[in-house]
Amino acid sequence: MTLHPKKLVVLVCEAVLEPQLVADCERLGAHGYTVMDARGGGRRGARAATWDADRSIRMEVICDESTADAIVAHAHARFFAHYAMTVFVADIGVLRADKF
Amino acid sequence: MDAVVLFFVLGVAAGVARSDLKLPAALYDALSIYLLLAIGLKGGMELAKMPLLAVAPQALLIMGLGVVIPLIGYPVLRGLGRLPRADAASIAAHYGSVSVVTFAVGQNFLSAAGMAYESYMPLFLVLLEVPGILVGVVLARAGGPQRPAWGPLLHEVMLGKSIVLLVGGLLIGWVAGPEGMAPMAPFFGGLFKGVLCLFLLEMGLVASAQLGAVRKTGLFLVGFGVVMPLVSALLGGGLGWAIGLSPGGTVLLATLAASASYIAAPAAMRIAVPEANPALSITAALAITFPFNLLVGIPLYARLADYLHR
Repeated sequence: MTLHPKKLVVLVCEAVLEPQLVADCERLGAHGYTVMDARGGGRRGARAATWDADRSIRMEVICDESTADAIVAHAHARFFAHYAMTVFVADIGVLRADKF
Repeated sequence: MDAVVLFFVLGVAAGVARSDLKLPAALYDALSIYLLLAIGLKGGMELAKMPLLAVAPQALLIMGLGVVIPLIGYPVLRGLGRLPRADAASIAAHYGSVSVVTFAVGQNFLSAAGMAYESYMPLFLVLLEVPGILVGVVLARAGGPQRPAWGPLLHEVMLGKSIVLLVGGLLIGWVAGPEGMAPMAPFFGGLFKGVLCLFLLEMGLVASAQLGAVRKTGLFLVGFGVVMPLVSALLGGGLGWAIGLSPGGTVLLATLAASASYIAAPAAMRIAVPEANPALSITAALAITFPFNLLVGIPLYARLADYLHR
């Protein structure tokens, strides 16, 4: 079985950003995404996800390297300054290269 | 003290004592959807009984109130509070908009006290929700280099869950009328107070989680969170009296004016004015003004209405 190298971009951020992020990632070339509700804490305090303004999401995008670069650069330029957000990229292998 | 308020106190106490009590997020969602719909339906049903044009002039004045309150708050936050422009504008927007739960507790206070009020008051609740937020965005952006992205902002504000459910409820209640709504009365009417109690328990937990932030945000914000609702209540009460509302209606309008939004405004400000620190506005609205209105404000506004209508 051959695994094709791809990038996994993970964005953990305030839930209010979800519609914007989904639109941005699709525009930047992502073929799909997965969003999960999340909670946690960091430099901008704890986010317990109990009520509206306190919710966070974890969004995962599997894509090629250039799309991953574009998403990371966009998140950096657009969101890092004012939002609670963590972004990281991992190398992964997928079975169907054309799906992502 | 009313049982409803005691549930809030229980929530705060449990939160402060670090109890493991936690309401599931889905329950919070369900309860808030129920409250918004029930309030809208009740108001819509009453609107069906009266000519809409008769309410129109009042409605315009009410929206004006939503514009004036942030315009009063903003210079105070800038001048006395020495807050950056974005923070001052964001906090002003929270106080210009309204809190649905504070309104519901006000309604509950009036029923317990046996005071009648104009049952179409939820219409005013809807009208007060949006203007303050828009004024806040203009205050943050006017004359600056950044143009607000009005498209996504208006989508967030006008199609956020509170407006959709309140307006939807008003319309359904208005179209269906009292007869059409009668079969739903046990659910949307009879259960209301119990649901409000559960929701306030959760609000107590949420507010207690913000209490720690009060120490960081400082004394000015505590003072603002107490004085601003008093000033707004005077304006709201005065307006209610001037447009001929009953004493009960005057209490509710004062309560609406005094309340600060913590659902619609935070979401809108995060999108439109991201550089504003949400900890400041949410702490003021939720940890200071909300409990203040519940415990002290509403009974005080009843006295104000009493005085005005004497």
